[in-house]
Amino acid sequence: MTRLRFTDILYPAVFGLGVLILWQLIVKGFGVPAVLLPAPSDIWTKLNASLPILWVDFVQTVIRAVIPGWFIGSLAGFLAALLCDRIPFLKRGLLPLGNLVAALPIVGVAPILVMWFGFDWPSKAAMVVVMTFFPMLVNAVAGLQASGHLERDLMRSYGASWWQTLVKLRLPAAMPFIFNALKINSTLAMIGAIVAEFFGTPIVGMGFRISTEVGRLGLDMVWAEIAVAAITGSAFYGLLVFLERRVTFWHPSYRK
Amino acid sequence: MSAAPAIAARPVARETGNAVPVTVVCLCILLAWYLAAIPMNWVITGPKIEAAGGGLSNILSFSWNDARPVIPAPHQIAQELWKSVFTVAPWSVKSLLYHGWITLSSTLLGFVLGSLLGIALAIAIVHVKFLAKSLMPWIIASQTIPILAIAPMVIVVLGSIGFTGLVPKSLISMYLCFFPVTIGMVKGLTSPETTQLDLMRTYHASTSQVLWKLRFPASVPFLFTSLKVAVAIALTGAIVGELPTGAIAGIGARLLQGSYYGQTVQIWAALFMGSFLAAALVWLVSVAERFTLRRMGEKP
Repeated sequence: MTRLRFTDILYPAVFGLGVLILWQLIVKGFGVPAVLLPAPSDIWTKLNASLPILWVDFVQTVIRAVIPGWFIGSLAGFLAALLCDRIPFLKRGLLPLGNLVAALPIVGVAPILVMWFGFDWPSKAAMVVVMTFFPMLVNAVAGLQASGHLERDLMRSYGASWWQTLVKLRLPAAMPFIFNALKINSTLAMIGAIVAEFFGTPIVGMGFRISTEVGRLGLDMVWAEIAVAAITGSAFYGLLVFLERRVTFWHPSYRK
Repeated sequence: MSAAPAIAARPVARETGNAVPVTVVCLCILLAWYLAAIPMNWVITGPKIEAAGGGLSNILSFSWNDARPVIPAPHQIAQELWKSVFTVAPWSVKSLLYHGWITLSSTLLGFVLGSLLGIALAIAIVHVKFLAKSLMPWIIASQTIPILAIAPMVIVVLGSIGFTGLVPKSLISMYLCFFPVTIGMVKGLTSPETTQLDLMRTYHASTSQVLWKLRFPASVPFLFTSLKVAVAIALTGAIVGELPTGAIAGIGARLLQGSYYGQTVQIWAALFMGSFLAAALVWLVSVAERFTLRRMGEKP
């Protein structure tokens, strides 16, 4: 992946625009009822008309639950990985469990967390913490092992301490893995927060809005929420990709 | 979403001799669980313990045996699992096997459909240059949308045009699991070296011959790694897909009912059932992987 070329943006843009136009034409041309699939133009109108509601939902779900939960979960996973790195016994015990948990349907914990932390945003943030912990743990442990023996031996010949080796060699080498986990977690966090809202929430939030509007067959509002979620998710992801390029510019996949 | 990086992060070879550390960590978790149950259940059990006259034996028996605890003790969950799996007929609505089967069937259908779609997309992307440029970014973008959030709408919309039961849930599973398969297969199908591709060209092999005799065999290890990720998220998709159907049947419905009626033990039992299913499915795929790779001549 070298510098972005014009066609790298042009092709997907043309494709996406084509899909939107096709969608609009099919919905309007065949008279598909709005309860099945609203046209993009209707969704856009609804989106503009209900910006205040969307903003309140955005604050409740993203600002209060997703971002703090994502941060705490990733940080906790990273610290656990550091602990595993210092205590090999813990690593051998915890890592297989972490791999197992990564395959489990963790969203099922949502009703329990809602019961423990109440209906408001803390239960959603807790859900996000639970979902983001293990991917970070597994990836960060793998990342901390990524530096080669030669480099580590060199650090030892310099008389570097564990901390110096960590900060100057192993953390930079682990960065691609850590960013992988952060990117995985950015999508998991959105899913976790929204699904947790299906199990009980105050009358605000993206998951709440989606489930109630589906019940009222207000599908244009549902799609507006989805659009907001999609834009948020993509922006979050894109920001992480940008940061990753800045931090791991040395990685072979970014070299020319 | 989680797929592509998770594939990279998953260790290929399992270290031997992890049994002891894993057991120790599990025992520590169990111990912590039992200990945590005492303060966490205090809200409910506290008055009862006071009434019974306090004392350690009362504290322990009340904290670990309440009917609707904040956190049930592990043996309560085991009892509930035993009760709802072995003591009731498998086709009754009280049986977890029944609910597990409902979830499993839509998971499997979605998994098969999603994997086929994923493989087809990967083959198209590898062979058509325009698709590689235009489709790939959208496939990645499609997974930055929290698709599980759309699940209720998909279910309701499909329900209103006559699709109910198995199909809508499997469509959600399918949407979730085509992605890791596509990513893994694109990587796998493009994994043959230039020299190998050149050799095929000197044989004057057609595109389909190159696909079947070189690219596809080369992609099998990637395929299985992706399938393990895919089957796990297919199950998650099926469970979430059951949430908005009005809690009729399935693991997800069981979770929702439990949360409506405050049946904590039931929630935990359903959660463990789901986890067993996930572990079993991933295990089955790894068995198939080992078998296939051995037949293809991989040295153990």
